[in-house]
Amino acid sequence: MAQTITQKILARAANRKFVETGESVWLNVDILLTHDVCGPPTFDIFREKFGPDAKVWDPEKVVVLPDHYIFTKNEHAKRNIDLLRKFAKEQNLPNYYDVGTERYKGVCHVALAEEGYNLPGTVLFGTDSHTCTSGAFGMFGTGIGNTDAAFILGTGKLWEKVPESMKFIFEGEIPEYLAAKDLILQILGDIGTDGATYRAMEFDGDAVYSLPVEERMTLTNMAIEAGGMNGIIAADEVTEAYVKQRTGKPYEIFRSDPDAEYHSIYRYDARQLEPVVAMPHSPDNRATVRSMQGTKITKSYIGSCTGGKLSDFVMAARILKGRTVAVPTNIVPATVEVARKLETELYDGLPIRKILEDAGCTIGLPSCAACLGGPQDTFGRSEDNDLVVSTTNRNFPGRMGSKNAGVCLASPLTAAASAVKGELTDPREFLR
Amino acid sequence: MESIIEGKAYVLGKNIDTDQIIPAEHLVYSLSDPEEVKLYGKYALSGVPPAEGGLPKGNIPFVGEGRFESDYSIIVAGPNFGCGSSREHAPFALQTAGVKAIVAESYARIFYRNCVDGGFVIPYETAEQLNRTVMTGDELQIDIDNNTVTNVTRDETFALKPLGDVFSIVRAGGIFAYARQENLMS
Repeated sequence: MAQTITQKILARAANRKFVETGESVWLNVDILLTHDVCGPPTFDIFREKFGPDAKVWDPEKVVVLPDHYIFTKNEHAKRNIDLLRKFAKEQNLPNYYDVGTERYKGVCHVALAEEGYNLPGTVLFGTDSHTCTSGAFGMFGTGIGNTDAAFILGTGKLWEKVPESMKFIFEGEIPEYLAAKDLILQILGDIGTDGATYRAMEFDGDAVYSLPVEERMTLTNMAIEAGGMNGIIAADEVTEAYVKQRTGKPYEIFRSDPDAEYHSIYRYDARQLEPVVAMPHSPDNRATVRSMQGTKITKSYIGSCTGGKLSDFVMAARILKGRTVAVPTNIVPATVEVARKLETELYDGLPIRKILEDAGCTIGLPSCAACLGGPQDTFGRSEDNDLVVSTTNRNFPGRMGSKNAGVCLASPLTAAASAVKGELTDPREFLR
Repeated sequence: MESIIEGKAYVLGKNIDTDQIIPAEHLVYSLSDPEEVKLYGKYALSGVPPAEGGLPKGNIPFVGEGRFESDYSIIVAGPNFGCGSSREHAPFALQTAGVKAIVAESYARIFYRNCVDGGFVIPYETAEQLNRTVMTGDELQIDIDNNTVTNVTRDETFALKPLGDVFSIVRAGGIFAYARQENLMS
């Protein structure tokens, strides 16, 4: 029987040859990810349900990456880090990346990729909805809550309903004024924030495979914004090169059978698409940037698991080199590695960090920062009636802080172009 | 497990996301310290823009000033309830505020799983757009055995979609109780 890539990976994890869409199966988990927001309550449930002296099922398979509330004076947030530290010590977890040490990484989804945890064919569960990001590596990654995570900690297993798949094919060469963000916002506008609920979103086509791994991660990251269980892109030589640079662990590559059944198939010609923006207050509230041109903004924000990768800042530098921002523009590298590369990677002969600083941007420390609001002293948090153009992934009411503020989701090109003019601006204006 | 759930309805619109259910700034309180737990009740649904809370009139707070529990124990909402983050603090906050069940047109997957696996609240789906006919404050009665919801105030009864596979987890009280019952863990 023909199967999609998602079915094949879940079948492997269930020790089966075939799994049917709609059936619930128990899966063996390859990696469990948790962070500082959901880690402490997960550990509490684990101790309560498995006993105070219980040990996690496999310390090598538990990855703990604090990233959400890192550089804050908030006492409760600091307590959460202490709780992670204590649990990691008690359980001898080798994959704990403590804040304030050389090991600290930053945003979990990007750090997982950098540290070689993302392996084609494997199953990753994480206590964060954007765990679907890892699907860019031809693996199954999805978000869960604390109770499910505690269950995995004790048993190494979890049930999951095998999803139907939706296929999104992008053909043609991607124009230089478009980024992966424009592709996924296009899809969100077409299918809505619940258009893929309980389903896998599979991305395919020449245009997708022409993207570097970091851009592919932007596509899969936002599968959850359509309600998707997972986003997935089969591994190719680009994926393999990225993985082999970071780990020697074995992996298995799966691809969808040509005659696999899909819930629906969407086709796009990348050359026909335009830069788009998701206006407040929903990721599916799509408009072309052109039609919103001139909307005054108060801030620009380039960061997060979706928009804080090196490739995102290279795009911003393309626009910002030799120009000055007209509104406060906050830059947050997703990880320490990205922050380091901002110093060493050059664009047009200059370090990217210098280009961004010369343009007047403020560069924060690697973490989730204001993507999800957080404590009052969080870097880049929205205030009052701000209208922020942002490379983050969510713009529900109050998401970046202030309940009265609005967030326009856009590509790094659009966020940078808009920062220069202080109003929503089509990046083509600066790329001609 | 009780077979009838009774309570006052609190009506909301569509796409109520987890940031509206419990804003990120409040995720820092302990989920096990009894004093801090009360704060999850206090701030439940505090991220809903005021005009959207307590439909059709709006501007009805879910939890009154200075209180930690709500007068409303059944939420009625449109499609895609619980979209957004994976934070289990969301169904936990609703339960802490006194919510027993939600009746919505559809749910986001992680939120739905969290409701069921953590045994917090029962997430019912209905084919009817009940948030258009039920008014905040109406008395509702959910019959768990017969999968119906009755608006006692207006004397109307509607079908609820059966919980299907997950009913056994709901009835057990969560995934741990279920797994023990099924000998999936010792």
